[in-house]
Amino acid sequence: MSAIVLGVEGISLAFGGVKALQDVSFDVREGEIRAIIGPNGAGKSSMLNVINGVYRPQAGTITYKGRTRRHFEPHQAARLGIARTFQNIALFRGMTVLDNIMTGRNLKMRSGVLWQALYWGRARREELEQRAQVERIIDFLEIQHIRRTPVGRLPYGLQKRVELGRALAAEPELLLLDEPMAGMNVEEKQDMCRFILDVNDQFGTTIVLIEHDMSVVMDLSHRVVVLDYGRKIADGTPQEVRSNKDVIDAYLGVAH
Amino acid sequence: MAEQALDTFPRLLLHHAAVRPHRPAIREKDLGIWQTWTWAQALEHVRAIACGLSAQGFRRGDHLAVIGANRPRLYWSMMAAQALGGVPVPLYEDAIASETRFVIEDSGARFAVAEDQEQVDKLLEVLAECPRLERIYYDDPRGLRHYTQAQLASLERLEALGRETAARDPESFEREVAKGNAEDVATILYTSGTTGHPKGVILTHAAMIATGRAYTEFEKLTADEEMLAYLPLAWVGQNLFSYSQSMVAGFCVSCPESAETVMTDLREIGPTYYFAPPRVLEALLTQVTIRMEDASAPKRALYRYFMNVARRVGGRITDGQRVGALDRALYALGDLLVYGPLRNVLGMSRVRVAYTAGEAIGPDLFVFYRSIGINLKQLYGQTETTVYVCVQPDGAVKPDTVGPPLPGVELRLADSGEVLVRSPGLFREYHGDADATAQAKDAEGFFHTGDAGFLDADGHLRIIDRARDVGRLADGTLFAPKYIENKLKFFPYIKEAVCFGHGRPMACGFVNIDMEAVGNWAEKRNLPYSGYIELASQAPVIELIRDCIERVNRDLAADAKLANSQIQRFIVLHKELDADDGELTRTRKVRRRHIAEKYAALVDALYSGADHVFVETQMRFEDGRTGTVSADLRIADAKLYSAAAARPAA
Repeated sequence: MSAIVLGVEGISLAFGGVKALQDVSFDVREGEIRAIIGPNGAGKSSMLNVINGVYRPQAGTITYKGRTRRHFEPHQAARLGIARTFQNIALFRGMTVLDNIMTGRNLKMRSGVLWQALYWGRARREELEQRAQVERIIDFLEIQHIRRTPVGRLPYGLQKRVELGRALAAEPELLLLDEPMAGMNVEEKQDMCRFILDVNDQFGTTIVLIEHDMSVVMDLSHRVVVLDYGRKIADGTPQEVRSNKDVIDAYLGVAH
Repeated sequence: MAEQALDTFPRLLLHHAAVRPHRPAIREKDLGIWQTWTWAQALEHVRAIACGLSAQGFRRGDHLAVIGANRPRLYWSMMAAQALGGVPVPLYEDAIASETRFVIEDSGARFAVAEDQEQVDKLLEVLAECPRLERIYYDDPRGLRHYTQAQLASLERLEALGRETAARDPESFEREVAKGNAEDVATILYTSGTTGHPKGVILTHAAMIATGRAYTEFEKLTADEEMLAYLPLAWVGQNLFSYSQSMVAGFCVSCPESAETVMTDLREIGPTYYFAPPRVLEALLTQVTIRMEDASAPKRALYRYFMNVARRVGGRITDGQRVGALDRALYALGDLLVYGPLRNVLGMSRVRVAYTAGEAIGPDLFVFYRSIGINLKQLYGQTETTVYVCVQPDGAVKPDTVGPPLPGVELRLADSGEVLVRSPGLFREYHGDADATAQAKDAEGFFHTGDAGFLDADGHLRIIDRARDVGRLADGTLFAPKYIENKLKFFPYIKEAVCFGHGRPMACGFVNIDMEAVGNWAEKRNLPYSGYIELASQAPVIELIRDCIERVNRDLAADAKLANSQIQRFIVLHKELDADDGELTRTRKVRRRHIAEKYAALVDALYSGADHVFVETQMRFEDGRTGTVSADLRIADAKLYSAAAARPAA
């Protein structure tokens, strides 16, 4: 069994009186696809936001690559190789696909803003290298035909793909995907599934994803965490989780 | 090495590598950048693949199946097989597994080259049923990392092996090329075959090179042409335009990045030589129209005005005919403001020669491209003739003909109206099917095309129909139902048409209106209707269709041979013809005989002189239930024209 890259220990997060997460613990192993599922408002997105440092939990610790802390700043998380996509697409709508993905490379650039603006010397050389890397991602995600298209003009399914592309541009070791397949049709979902599996297989990227579509979760993930009202109610392989009584109750509702 | 005649493809390759080693031979867009290989580099790749194949046991006469999109390595594999005296057999990349299996089994290919994982999967699927297939090489390794089949290897490894082999025996490639003969088989192309299994058409080096040369001379092609290879590798046209002609003239062929990027790639390459089937041209025009409708009012007005100028004089200017000075000035202004930018958007700024073929092209569509200064021409030919029969010549393009026979083509018309062709580019035979060969090629070596047509007064060939569909009216004159139906279907208001007349005193027809187009038309005129039946039975709609038919009649009257098949009576049908009811084939061709039987009462009424007929028809709904529709249909008469009243064909 491969090593644990991310450990979440006793995380509690509250917004005023609302307890978003209560004492949640789980781990993520290197190279696995780990799903977080649960009904609406269960705390799934909050969990991702805690992992990449957007929210500061009131209790608990996060252990990533051997470092244990209560809280990582988002830019620290990014430097440590954590990239993410958002539930509501967060791209620059007026910029082209190419430029959007290019922004994902920014952390990898060494030259300063001024040099980049002058586009001379090292900045120029660097930009060409970065561009080659971006083109490999465009090739990987099969979006050559929309390279020069402003993102705002693209259909939703393709925007999601571009967002994945921008996350990949950072060459992450840990990729957080917040509902990558929400609102897609069957064909788009299949494409996205294939890309997620390919990312995991070809780059060895560890993936944590939130998803609503149960069949997708069952097909894709190696292990699943189930949250309900901010608490962890189950953790295990898809088969184990599927037959768990608490999970069935949480999803189907139970007569009280 | 002694000077050899340039009569096989590998010899042409060696020739270009020697004469223009640093000129581009092939390009491919990879990772967003056009990568170019010169003729010398291409030769080295072909040499490596050939030596690799040879080391793996590829022998003279062996067949190499090639499946995938237009990629340099796939082209080189074809050249490599030919260099070894073998035969490349390109397959349609979108063919399903069973079609792939048939072609591989029928050709007996021992080796195969596949573009990517998708194609490899297809080949692996049929491997068990194709015992003769021994080895599969792939170009793009993506997704193939975990494949462990012993038959599978990458082209890259094959090339590496080939380079080692070539290092030990540097002259082996040239020796193999020297053994070649112009009469050797250059390729086997499987025709789609509307009836039964596809047939493998055997083309020799001599035939393909002769056609390539003839086209090159006819269109004055040079080594500086640019062309984008975006149509299927297995299609004869692609083999002629991107392979044979490039090898003869020495020009560079560019491979698009992917099927979706063709439009962008076209603009970047700026081809001088272009081929597009009518459906592609139509899609392009639709895009332009939609974008123009979204443009601002002044732009739309400008576009409308200058497109009218183009429609009036553009065709003649493109043909190099005389046009008044004012019109010429207006056209020049239009060229600056509209046509030039439009050609640029279409990626056709530099196009010198553009061809279309394959299916009937609507006259409006054809004239549109010519009127904005694109030298679009129709050509006519089949796989069996290496698409070398007729081309519309520069300066004498008549939209309803396919032009006069090309140099070296002997054209004969059988009594049935069937077009017979003999030319140096003719196929040798169908692979392993002597009966089919004997049927298609007669004792004198003429190929029976199966198309019916005639030569007009200027000696231009006009194709009217498939020969077996052509009939005769009772008075013995030619009756070509599909020709008339196509003419009718070019009107946006007419979706389907079925014409009758064989053995009858006159031609009559059924018409299906196009629900969307006629619906729009009706809404603009405040004509209420609740559904298809009601819309189709409205008097103004029947008048609309009558007008379309009379315009076709006027066109037909201009042709002495077709004047008698003007449509005299017609019915606008009460239901849409449907494949589920067996009235159309799955590819939406009308099944005339079946319709004539099913609607015998209507046909009889057409010829009986009645002015209406009651009909009840069973139809199948999409959920599988059946029901009946009934209607009282009006039988309408259309005006006939005499030859004198006919306007000259546009």
